[in-house]
Amino acid sequence: MPARITRRHALALMAAAATPARGQGFAGLGQDADGFALPQPDPVFRFPRDHGPHPRFRIEWWYVTANLATASGGNRGIQWTLFRSALAPEDRPGWASPQIWFAHAAMTRPDAHLVAERRARGGIGQAGVTAEPFDAWIDGWQMAGHPGADALGRLSLQARGEGWSYDLELAADGPLVFHGDGGYSVKHERGQASYYYSQPGYRVTGRLVWPEGAEEVTGQAWLDREWSSQPLDADQSGWDWFSLHLDGGDKLMVYRLRDSGDGFTPGTWIRADGRSESIPDGEIALEPLDWTRIGDRRLPTSWRIRIPSRGLVLETGPVNPRAWMATGIAYWEGPVRVTGSRSGMGYLEMTGYD
Amino acid sequence: MIGAAAAALLSHWRRHPGQLATLVAGLALATALWTGVQAINAEARASYDRAASALEQSDLPLLVPREGDSLPLSDYVALRRAGWKVAPVIEGRLRLKDGSARLVGLDPLTAPAVPGSGTGGDPGRALLDFISPPGEIRGHPDTLAGLPAAVEGRRVATEALSPGTLVADIGTAARLLGLEGRLTRLLILEDPAQDLPPLGEVAPDLREAPPQPENDIRGLTGSFHLNLTAFGMLSFAVGLFIAHGAVGLAFEQRRGTIRTLRALGTPLSAVAALLAAEALALALAAGALGVGLGYVLASLLLPDVAATLRGLYGAPVPGSVAVRAAWWAAGLGMALLGAALASAQSFWQLRRLSVLAAMQPRAWAMAQGRGQRLMALAGLAGLAAVPAILLWGQGLAAGFAALAGLLLGAAFLLPLSLSAGLRAAERAARSALGEWVWADARQQVPGLSLALMALLLALAANIGVSTMVASFRATFEGWLDRRLAAELYLSFDSPAQAAAVLPGIDASAVLPVTRTEADLGGAPGLVYAMADDPTYRRNWPLIEAGPQVWDRLAAGGGVLVNEQWAIRAGLSPGDTVQIDGAAREVLGVYADYGNPRGQAILGLEAFRALHPEIGETRFALRLSGDPAAEAARLVAEDGLRPDQVTDRAALKAESRAVFERTFAATDALNVLTLAVAGFAIFTSLLTLQSLRLPQVAPLWALGLTRRRLALLDLARAGLLAAGTALLALPVGLALAWLLLAVVNVAAFGWRLPMQIFPADWLRLGLAALVAALLAAALPALRLARVSPARLLRVFADAR
Repeated sequence: MPARITRRHALALMAAAATPARGQGFAGLGQDADGFALPQPDPVFRFPRDHGPHPRFRIEWWYVTANLATASGGNRGIQWTLFRSALAPEDRPGWASPQIWFAHAAMTRPDAHLVAERRARGGIGQAGVTAEPFDAWIDGWQMAGHPGADALGRLSLQARGEGWSYDLELAADGPLVFHGDGGYSVKHERGQASYYYSQPGYRVTGRLVWPEGAEEVTGQAWLDREWSSQPLDADQSGWDWFSLHLDGGDKLMVYRLRDSGDGFTPGTWIRADGRSESIPDGEIALEPLDWTRIGDRRLPTSWRIRIPSRGLVLETGPVNPRAWMATGIAYWEGPVRVTGSRSGMGYLEMTGYD
Repeated sequence: MIGAAAAALLSHWRRHPGQLATLVAGLALATALWTGVQAINAEARASYDRAASALEQSDLPLLVPREGDSLPLSDYVALRRAGWKVAPVIEGRLRLKDGSARLVGLDPLTAPAVPGSGTGGDPGRALLDFISPPGEIRGHPDTLAGLPAAVEGRRVATEALSPGTLVADIGTAARLLGLEGRLTRLLILEDPAQDLPPLGEVAPDLREAPPQPENDIRGLTGSFHLNLTAFGMLSFAVGLFIAHGAVGLAFEQRRGTIRTLRALGTPLSAVAALLAAEALALALAAGALGVGLGYVLASLLLPDVAATLRGLYGAPVPGSVAVRAAWWAAGLGMALLGAALASAQSFWQLRRLSVLAAMQPRAWAMAQGRGQRLMALAGLAGLAAVPAILLWGQGLAAGFAALAGLLLGAAFLLPLSLSAGLRAAERAARSALGEWVWADARQQVPGLSLALMALLLALAANIGVSTMVASFRATFEGWLDRRLAAELYLSFDSPAQAAAVLPGIDASAVLPVTRTEADLGGAPGLVYAMADDPTYRRNWPLIEAGPQVWDRLAAGGGVLVNEQWAIRAGLSPGDTVQIDGAAREVLGVYADYGNPRGQAILGLEAFRALHPEIGETRFALRLSGDPAAEAARLVAEDGLRPDQVTDRAALKAESRAVFERTFAATDALNVLTLAVAGFAIFTSLLTLQSLRLPQVAPLWALGLTRRRLALLDLARAGLLAAGTALLALPVGLALAWLLLAVVNVAAFGWRLPMQIFPADWLRLGLAALVAALLAAALPALRLARVSPARLLRVFADAR
């Protein structure tokens, strides 16, 4: 019986990218056993070049989430993600390119969560990213920079699924934010790391088209850029990741990499003026408050985030608890409301609950 | 007790090893022919399933280039970026060591399915292996074996693909086919949303095309397999006659033993159980033997059958047989059923067997004939059913039911007919000896009737099938001559290449051969364009034509339809048909033996007006010079590949080869059936001979030499065979008519004129005679050598 190469392949590809590479001993040389490059401490980023793809690394993404509101105040969220997954640490033109592209898009409101997925081979122009002028695309989905502006300063963002689409304009308010140690983001005591920076402060205007009709929205968006060759350790089963826009302009990024012990919980505090500070592992406590059953899975969709060193106790609740991404790798991702010592909106992503 | 009873019953076989051999051989032969046919059918069916599932996307609508055979990769990317959900496909022929294979290149990230992808293992790794240079080439082991070593790619054997088809990553296929940067077609995975830019804006050089209807193979080939199955059933029936005779005789001869066992106190149920166990064991042994023989038979026949299915229907079938549980089980099941059928009568008698009943083998033999009248009545009923079935029945099933009625009816009538004939001869006999010979022959009919019926069936099938094949061959030859009237056939890569090469050819006529898939009155079929040319006016094989058919075809509007479509839809000139939704008048009907699908022909100008998007790349050329020289020149000077140029002789030879292969399997089965019938006669005579001593001994005592008696026996066997052959002739001709006028029409959609070939009958009659004489030779020889003492004992034993 012929199997369909479908989600399982995509899943496995991504999983392959997410499993630690063989031959960690090569880490010191900056590449793994398959020849993929490994992130090194004290990175020096060069822009706009580094907004573009890094084919020598195994996995890379361009990740946008936006918390939006309709004129009448209804909560909306969108996600736009382009993944690059390399089968070999190089690029070649045409079908011979070992670069594979995946994309996920979603549109969420309290009573609906619409998801779409795209896949494409590199090398033929069906998908790709160029740094200058900035353009990231797969099929008809696109995140394009505006000519003249700072590379990621102004973006047009589009995606469409079956019977729905969105078309948004993003304008950055503040500077890029570098996570971890200047953009070198350690994921485990054993040294696994990635390059990770964000543009957390976009103002957004645009239009969502639901199967029932279109609506104008405004809000704020957050863009993550991350690439690596071995982001997770074998004993890490997944992550719970938050990007929060707090009232007053401060922002918070925290995540927990789940493992057999207490997990690994770094974060970044971003002040309204754009200055940021890393929050080291161990200062953040994450605690599930409420669970949602989706299929066979039980997902912690409400959380308490405590950062005693900053006097913060936040609680998050989902705009739509059923924001399940039934894509190649399935995960939960959706907008959340923030209450507690500060209030605001944000996005929660939870992987590894399969 | 049971052990002793078993030993006593089984000792019969030790004393009659020949009978045991007959029984086992009969069952094994019946099973073998049946299993062989089943194995072939199972192999073909599995292959169709693979073909159907391997490239599931074939039911998707397509985008194809308006001109030429390929489109630029950039069209695909442009469509994708415009939001169209399409998947790219590259397809071409890849040269094998012997012939070529179809290579299909797919992009695993967008294709709906990639054949041969396992469900286990690490799919990410599998994808990596599939697409990483030099890339995998997946195919049936047979096809991969033919791939030249120079073809770069990792061979991956998979049973998921039919022979003749290879699948690779689209990048690999592009490299192997020299189509870098090009694609053959796009599959439309989802209807484009309303608000997407239209095709004409994004890729104006492409057009939408209906799905490729290549998977109606199962329907088309169904008739062919039904044919084979019918043959298998016939052979099984013939084999059963043998087994039935052997079982009955063995039971009769053991009557004494059984009586003794019963008298000693063995319960009837125990005897019955022992006999049933024995029958079961024999059936299993013979069945296993038969299944093995069937496998050998299928292995021998399958290459021809596979070639037929490929040639006639384009259905991919491998040339080797895999052992499949399905036909193993079917074969053993048939052996058991056969044994049950063969021994049912004996068990029925056993139930009513008196403990005191004497052994009466001869009476048993005679009793076989007592039902003659009853059988003849059943036979008449069978024959009478034939016209009824034809009148009210429909399709292939009715055709085969009529065949069954005819054959069984004739077989059941045979004993009475032979007896009547012999009785008439007996009355006309002048000498006492003559009278005795006729009477004795008549007397033997009951004992031989099963074998003779088998012979009748085999002979009738032979005459019927060979008449059908020969009629078909004669018609086909004439049709080929007319259909392939042009001297040279060219196939260009693009209209541009055609335009560049054609003016340089010194041809008296250049006739485009253009066609397209079309909806013919609701069924998929082909529409051809036909230029107005004397070549066609003179030669085209019209079966029916309206007035001024050629002028009106050239003027446009009307169409010619092929016989298949005409018969299926009951069309004749003057009727109106729907082609792609447009109404057109039928101007004429033409013979078409290429394949069973519907077809129509439109005048060239009308076709061009209707399909301006189809570039003309194929042409038939009328030449006054030497076609072979012109073909060589085209390759040498104009740079055409040899496969782009075909001359008439080669095309005809290929068509003829396909035709001959089609019936190779039928011929082989025919010969085998005849051989089985011969064997049946042999075993029956052998059995009868040992029972006939009491009849022969008095004649010997009256002074006839043993040699004379043996010669008379031979003559009698020949006489019975000749009589049977004579009766088989009308049955065979009726069968041929049924095949040509009913079964062929239902199966293929063409009706063929029946021609008769008396020389063939004579040959077959002689073959039957020789078979019967050979079968009678050993028993006759035994009679010639029987010791006088044994003959004398007949009188001593007389009660």
